[in-house]
Amino acid sequence: MYNTARRRGVRGAGLASVLALALTLTACGGSSDDSGGSDSGSADDVKAALEKGGDLTVWTWDSTIPKVAKDFEAAHPKVKVKVVNAGTSKDEYTALQNAISAGKGVPDVAQIEYFALGQFSLAKSVADLAPYGADKLADSYSPGPWNAVTSDDAVYGLPVDSGPMALYYNKKVFDKYKIAVPTTWDAYVTAAEKLHKADPKVYITADTGEAGFATSLMWQAGGRPYKVDGTDVSIDFGDAGSTTFAKTWQKLLDGKLLAPVTSWTDEWFKGLGDGTIATLATGAWMPTNLQTGAPAAAGDWRVAPLPQWKAGEKSSAESGGSSLAVPAAGKNKALAYAFTEYVAAGAGVKSRVKDGAYPATTADMTSKEFLDTKFDYFGGQEINKVFAQSASEVASDWSYLPFQVYANSIFNDTVGKAYVSGTTLSEGLAAWQKQSRAYGSEQGFTVK
Amino acid sequence: MTALSPPSTAGHPAPPRGPRRRRALIGWGFIGPFMAVFALVFLAPICYSIYLSLFRTQLVGGTSFVGFDNYQRALEDPNFWSALGRVTLFLAVQVPVMLGIALLVALAIDSGRLYGRNFFRIAIFLPYAVPAVVAALMWGFMYGTRFGLVGNINDAFGVSLPDPLSSGLVLASIGNIVTWEFVGYNMLIFYAALRVIPHSLYEAAEIDGAGQLRVITAIKLPAIRGALVIATIFSIIGSFQLFNEPSILKNLAPNTITTDFTPNFYTYSLAFSGQQHNYAATVAIIMGIFTMIIAYAVQLRGMRKEA
Repeated sequence: MYNTARRRGVRGAGLASVLALALTLTACGGSSDDSGGSDSGSADDVKAALEKGGDLTVWTWDSTIPKVAKDFEAAHPKVKVKVVNAGTSKDEYTALQNAISAGKGVPDVAQIEYFALGQFSLAKSVADLAPYGADKLADSYSPGPWNAVTSDDAVYGLPVDSGPMALYYNKKVFDKYKIAVPTTWDAYVTAAEKLHKADPKVYITADTGEAGFATSLMWQAGGRPYKVDGTDVSIDFGDAGSTTFAKTWQKLLDGKLLAPVTSWTDEWFKGLGDGTIATLATGAWMPTNLQTGAPAAAGDWRVAPLPQWKAGEKSSAESGGSSLAVPAAGKNKALAYAFTEYVAAGAGVKSRVKDGAYPATTADMTSKEFLDTKFDYFGGQEINKVFAQSASEVASDWSYLPFQVYANSIFNDTVGKAYVSGTTLSEGLAAWQKQSRAYGSEQGFTVK
Repeated sequence: MTALSPPSTAGHPAPPRGPRRRRALIGWGFIGPFMAVFALVFLAPICYSIYLSLFRTQLVGGTSFVGFDNYQRALEDPNFWSALGRVTLFLAVQVPVMLGIALLVALAIDSGRLYGRNFFRIAIFLPYAVPAVVAALMWGFMYGTRFGLVGNINDAFGVSLPDPLSSGLVLASIGNIVTWEFVGYNMLIFYAALRVIPHSLYEAAEIDGAGQLRVITAIKLPAIRGALVIATIFSIIGSFQLFNEPSILKNLAPNTITTDFTPNFYTYSLAFSGQQHNYAATVAIIMGIFTMIIAYAVQLRGMRKEA
């Protein structure tokens, strides 16, 4: 759901950033500077802050959160929560970064995706939530998302949703051409060839180069191109996992087996609806987008486990997902934490799951009611079972760069060349690596 | 000030000291509000950009004064130069084409031999009324090879037109959008200039037995040289500032339009994706100076011929 919004945001990037800037300006003074609160941070502070009450400004583009904010206000009448959509993904980070450097208009709580959290935690722009009691929540979350918000003993945000990956496929198309649903990526390439041969209008999937997608597949393949230790960073797409991904995907590129349609465009949804885009390997947050974006295909789609790099393996990865973080410059961090916990681990989770969010909390992910939900759009399949399985198989130790937002922004300048010219994926990755490294050194990191 | 002083001194050869000083102050009073706004919205941002360009802020290490390092880096930055080269190529091809068409249309409408003159004038001007962002979106849809106009033509006639958004054609496609948008605007500038040429000149030409072509080259074109120079300067500035079209089309062609496609787009990416506000300010200032030099050179050349 939020991802649709994200791409729409990107579509009007120029305009959106102006709006984001305007928001930064108007948000000045929006922060709760009148309500007290101490910086020491402890579970008792949180209790005291809730009793005392106050105002909170929350930046989020997640459409399920405004309702939870209302519930929170009802449960704590002295607290007033102002939910602001300060732009989606990159636009919000720009506004947030500007507010933090200006020291004015910083929200009390902000939504930050896992891949971008490092940029803020590194600069200590977001508060460590462990003293407030966040460290005790470790067991409530599935390991992927929890790993993404923690660094050593510090907890820089609470996961609000997650995106364990799965393979969405159009069963009608696969049945029509009598092709088996691929369980390995090699079989996926074969299926792509067969499909495209059977009907030149049909493609196995659409891809015009997306950093998040590529890195997630490397993650699944066992690649760990990014290694981060404080300000020591290493970037290397030469490891086995990354190379495996590049080799396999190159076959799809060489065979012109990928529809040249960019995700989140109207064309893309059209293709998902009319069967010309047959599969989609992406996060568990996709179902609502399919239901609203490709209603014509109701009943055609199913969800299968992500194809494996080696037959018989069980490995998965996350795609997307975000956390709520408490900016260090916030005036009432104890209260902000109380709200964050309510949304991310407390009563807010149930309400959000009901509205279509995919949770990061193990209890909700494994509750019988959640797992047994049947989806008409997916022909009555209990798709959450597939996602829960995937979540439990997410490979560990993945990390994003502390400047992943920038790195992703130049993905299409470098790796994207492989999609439109004779450049190969591995050459593209090498260029991406080079430019990312250069940026890292420029920004003062020790790059290896 | 200079505009005010001649009439005030004309009637009084030796005015007393007091009133003159008061008059001078009155002048400042008139110009004051403008100067205040000018300083606030024009000079202040430029000064701030220059100030910004002398520093460097790092994610690790914070802000430090670096003098002219950023300028040196920009002048050695291949991304910057390729962006500048791209808009220069755009300028060299698109501006003459656009101004040529605009001039042709203006002359045709002015000739008085065109049936439905007012209709053509409005119809050609109309695209200028479409906001640039909307125009880029609209053309983006038409350029689509699957569901767009290009796709429809391919399906209907069984041909396969080249993808207008492929690496080789994307700059030409953007040029097409810009031309479509601004031919009407430039045509109107030329047409307005043509309308103020005194009719007696045409009558004299007719008596001398001059044909239409001779009238155009000997009377019309020299008379609207000022308008031609102005339109050229506007177009040069517009080309160097190219941003809307690539930024919108990037969503449809993410791999052919890079983040350093034009200098302005590069500045935008540096500032908003890369947090490199200092360097972005530097690139913007260099581009500003560059544009100023080119525009001034064109103006000087235009004026010299006029004299």
